[in-house]
Amino acid sequence: MIELSQVSFWYDGASDATLCDVDLSIGEGELVVVTGRTGAGKSTLLGALNGLVPHFTGGHLEGTVHIDGAVTSANPPRELAHLVGVVGQDPLAGFVTDVVEDELAYGMEQLGLEPQAMRRRVEETLDLLGIADLRRRSLRTLSGGQQQRVAIGSVLTMHPPVLVLDEPTSALDPTAAEDVLATLSRLVTDLGTTVVLAEHRLERVVPFADRMFFVDGRGSVNDGAPADVLANSPVAPPLIELGRYAGWDPLPLSVRDARRHAVGLRGRLSTAPRPVARARATGEPLLRASDVVVRYGTAVAVRKVDLEVHPGSVVALMGRNGSGKSSLLWALQGSGPRHGGEVSVDKKDPKSLSRGAARTLIGLVPQTASDLLYLESVAAECAAADAEAWAPVGTCRALLEELAPDVADGRHPRDLSEGQKLSLVLAIQLTAGPRVLLLDEPTRGLDYAAKTALAGIIGALRQQRRAVVVATHDVELVAAVADDAVVMSDGEVVANGAARDVLGGSPAFAPQTAKVLGPDWLTVDQVRQALS
Amino acid sequence: MARQAYPLPRDLHPAAWWAWALGLAVAASRTTNPWLLLTIVAVAGYVVVARRSDAPWALSFRLYLWLGALIVITRVVFRIVFGGAEGSTVLFTLPEIPLPEVAAGIRLLGAVSAESVLAGLYDGLRLATMVVCLGAANALANPKRLLRSMPSALYEVGAAVVVALSFFPQLSESLVRVRRARRLRGDVGKGVRAPRSLVIPVLEDALDRSLQLAASMDSRGYGRAGGLDRRTRATTGTLLVAGLVGMCVGVYATLDTLTPRYLAAPMLVVGLVLAGTGFVIAGRRVQRTRYRPDHWHAAEVAVAACGLAVASVLVAVGEGASAATLVPAVVSATWPPLTWAPLLGVLIGTLPAWVSPPPRPTHVSADADRMPAGAIA
Repeated sequence: MIELSQVSFWYDGASDATLCDVDLSIGEGELVVVTGRTGAGKSTLLGALNGLVPHFTGGHLEGTVHIDGAVTSANPPRELAHLVGVVGQDPLAGFVTDVVEDELAYGMEQLGLEPQAMRRRVEETLDLLGIADLRRRSLRTLSGGQQQRVAIGSVLTMHPPVLVLDEPTSALDPTAAEDVLATLSRLVTDLGTTVVLAEHRLERVVPFADRMFFVDGRGSVNDGAPADVLANSPVAPPLIELGRYAGWDPLPLSVRDARRHAVGLRGRLSTAPRPVARARATGEPLLRASDVVVRYGTAVAVRKVDLEVHPGSVVALMGRNGSGKSSLLWALQGSGPRHGGEVSVDKKDPKSLSRGAARTLIGLVPQTASDLLYLESVAAECAAADAEAWAPVGTCRALLEELAPDVADGRHPRDLSEGQKLSLVLAIQLTAGPRVLLLDEPTRGLDYAAKTALAGIIGALRQQRRAVVVATHDVELVAAVADDAVVMSDGEVVANGAARDVLGGSPAFAPQTAKVLGPDWLTVDQVRQALS
Repeated sequence: MARQAYPLPRDLHPAAWWAWALGLAVAASRTTNPWLLLTIVAVAGYVVVARRSDAPWALSFRLYLWLGALIVITRVVFRIVFGGAEGSTVLFTLPEIPLPEVAAGIRLLGAVSAESVLAGLYDGLRLATMVVCLGAANALANPKRLLRSMPSALYEVGAAVVVALSFFPQLSESLVRVRRARRLRGDVGKGVRAPRSLVIPVLEDALDRSLQLAASMDSRGYGRAGGLDRRTRATTGTLLVAGLVGMCVGVYATLDTLTPRYLAAPMLVVGLVLAGTGFVIAGRRVQRTRYRPDHWHAAEVAVAACGLAVASVLVAVGEGASAATLVPAVVSATWPPLTWAPLLGVLIGTLPAWVSPPPRPTHVSADADRMPAGAIA
């Protein structure tokens, strides 16, 4: 179905090739997962499959890419639209129309299908993806998971034999992500569609994968069965890490496989000391919020929420997309609207202080962290941050050096990787020296290494007796760093307690290690410590 | 065939709503009589409430009403500030600000007469009513759907306009987001650097989105050549451009009496013929098809005819003997007169609230095909 022979690719002005002499072949009905560190060239490889690379991105491509007999170098992406369906990272940015039904029909209109056929295919696709009740809804009013499914549907209606997706689940909550992946695996098994998808967060995708490409960042692509590729990949989900630690062979790819292997390990762990939950902090909380209400018109985003965070503790805020996590964080920081209730940090209400004074008490790193960056170089951003916080010159730069030592002064903030951008924004916010730090969805776009670094940073903040609140979908991060977990739904708090109690027992939020070894064990690190 | 008791809910052809609203707007442009103008606003508001759907763009009508109010207020305030002394009934006198010789003819503040305030009010009301009419069209028919029903030769231009239209709400969305985020960096919202710190992230965001949209459209087949060869495309392109230029020259010459006459009608006709040929050739070769195109049925004709009727009644009255009732005098402050003919004419505009089918709901409920309990009992 897809043949890459001797493919090399250079971006204009780049000295090193992004892809170098790549030979790959993907058969019909295969589900291939492309993985690798951020910036390694995953998106470039995906783009090469429908000709966006090099027709749209520029750059120089050598070698040939065959899709079902057509050569991408001779055909621009639009002429391949009936062969390859592409779904980008941000579905909303790729929508052309504004109603679900029209969006599904858009591609077919371009292909010039008969109106009767279009009508039929739209209905079939609506049913296939389970979005029939959304047909006349405006695209902007849909939730993230629904948007992602409409985006997949909008290319499926063209009946392409190949489907290419760039991080389809990275912005979704665990349940919505499962839905999207289940849809994809149904396409592969029922329709024989070939699916190629890039993903950072492998823990959910791996069980569905037939093959795996690891893009190593030096131009070559390692092709193999998921277990073989993961065995020596630096990017690995917790399940694989557990398997490597316990020496299981073959490596387990699904929780089911792992539980079969784990009988012996569970026996050894039953005699080992359980991981001690850190004593819940008592005494005066650093951040105290009571009865917080946030409304948008008649919609209530946050409904009378109480929250207490003690110094030196990390609280994870979880819940599906649109459950009010972000609104709560913004209300706590004081920059967002708050229509009722009280917030005090160190006995002061951040809303009543000037913006400059509030951020020395409580800082927030928003979901799109890059909104805070507007200067041309890292050095200029750091200098501006010092001036804004009335901090001694060099404070921000020193903080950045601790968080991400490899960021050069002269780099443009726009060119940094997601992890580096997050570090820079964190450094800017920490320059003001806030006692409480709020992080909104910080793991978006981070690979496993960057996520480990983030967990380290959060741990260090805890050591400094600061309080951290993290809103996230990433259960593995919560398992690694959080003391307490709060689950929100529809603006209300539905669970609030020690992270182990909240995560361990829940089928949706349990991390992989807990699913294999039981609710006491949240991370591979805990297992390692208990057995060493 | 049995007659249907009532029309099935469906979305009317957007062009019908636009024709109706433009008819009302033309009528509004013909009069400054506040009774008639307020009736037009009421008519537009009534039909919007009766026939709008629950889609987000349908909720924008209120914004247009606010915009109208703002226009009226601005107009009156301007009258008061810049010399409102025509007429004899002085309402109150503000201290006049003396201006230098250079600005002779402009007066700041001073005596304010009822007549000049009224003139400002009527004038503002006329503009506001026209704006409200456009708002009504916007609320009843998504402008993007109107663009979708353009002749297929203009498809590509239409798509570009649609994309441009969705660009502005996105821009304001990212502006709000970035401004909110900027507050997190402290009080940098003031000073020389403030606009720059806002504009750069917003523009970067806009550029990113545009590139993503372009990539998405490209990979979904936008602009596929299909079997069209380069020469046909060049021919139709030339025909279309030449035709449009001809039409522009023709329209200009028709409206401007000083231009030589041979440029007027002949140019217009030549332009129309060229562009028409281009449309036909291009349309014949177009590979694209349209999903559920809007059709033109009896209800559409009726709605458009209502708009046309309103406009023609007011134009006819304006040309006729009782033209003065449309433009009440403001030389002395009196009650503006009201006669039956134009009032009834405007009221024709409410008919679409009954003759058009109700819109389809955007939310399809999961158990829509279950019979309501009352139907069985």
